[in-house]
Amino acid sequence: MDIELGQYLALSSVVFGLGAIGFLVRRNVLVQLMCIELMLNSVNLMFVAFNRYSPDNHTGQLFAFFVIAVAAAEAAVGLAIVISLFRLKKTVHSDRADTLRN
Amino acid sequence: MTAAGGVLFYMFALLAVLSALGTVIVHSPIRAAMSLLMHIVCLSGLFLLLHAHLIAALQMLVYAGAVVVLFVFVIMMIGPSAPEPPVLRGMIVKTASIGVLILLTALLAFSLMPVGTRLTPLALCAPEQGAECEQFGGVVAFSKTLFQNGLVPFELISVLLTVAIIGAIAVARGRSAEETQALRKKREAEDQKRLAQEARERALAAEVSAHGGH
Repeated sequence: MDIELGQYLALSSVVFGLGAIGFLVRRNVLVQLMCIELMLNSVNLMFVAFNRYSPDNHTGQLFAFFVIAVAAAEAAVGLAIVISLFRLKKTVHSDRADTLRN
Repeated sequence: MTAAGGVLFYMFALLAVLSALGTVIVHSPIRAAMSLLMHIVCLSGLFLLLHAHLIAALQMLVYAGAVVVLFVFVIMMIGPSAPEPPVLRGMIVKTASIGVLILLTALLAFSLMPVGTRLTPLALCAPEQGAECEQFGGVVAFSKTLFQNGLVPFELISVLLTVAIIGAIAVARGRSAEETQALRKKREAEDQKRLAQEARERALAAEVSAHGGH
């Protein structure tokens, strides 16, 4: 059975949409960060899938490599911000972080 | 691709969607982190199916081995106040169902219409050619592309990671008691200076207006 590029596109869009909806709906900052990782992973899948279906060079996988590195750096800094927020407000509910000065 | 490849794709794809759904829906963040871990493992399997061996290994190393562990550490540090209080469940369900409808439409559309090119057979190496042969997506071939076409971004990524480490430490470090007191004293001194300056300006303006504008 041959797996078409369209099926990888469908899977990637479904996962991206789930991550986007989760980011908008959930109010827990940690889960929002996880939804960001979901979206980045779906984009990685798309890069690698497109590269497989035109395998002249490794450009798609190269992009995926850099996306992985940048996502790791962004997760680290985002979690540091979450720790700071928790130290200040004693909560990770994003609705409580509504003033810039306590 | 063989029949086994198709079965494996559908298995990994279904598990990936279910674990993504789990990450979004589940109430407690530690379970969401475990669901994200399963999603990352499924994606690593999909990368293997797409003949991207080094990216699959790096996905497991970096995402499953570092990012998810970082999440779990922070969740453990935050402790019992990590799960959020129950929100308006109805609004969440409504938004989620609209989103799922859109997604199912996209899924149907992309699955049915022919997108892109067909699967081209890769010129793979024969097993007797040894390690010098460059397989698509293997370490040798990918590294050649990385260090020839992507050398500058590669060095910039290392700078970015260093900056991210420094930034994360600077943000999450917090302040000791002496630092907080020193900052407060400095802020009070600046406020005093500003108040004194404003008082002087007001006195000067009052004097000028009392003398009729001269």
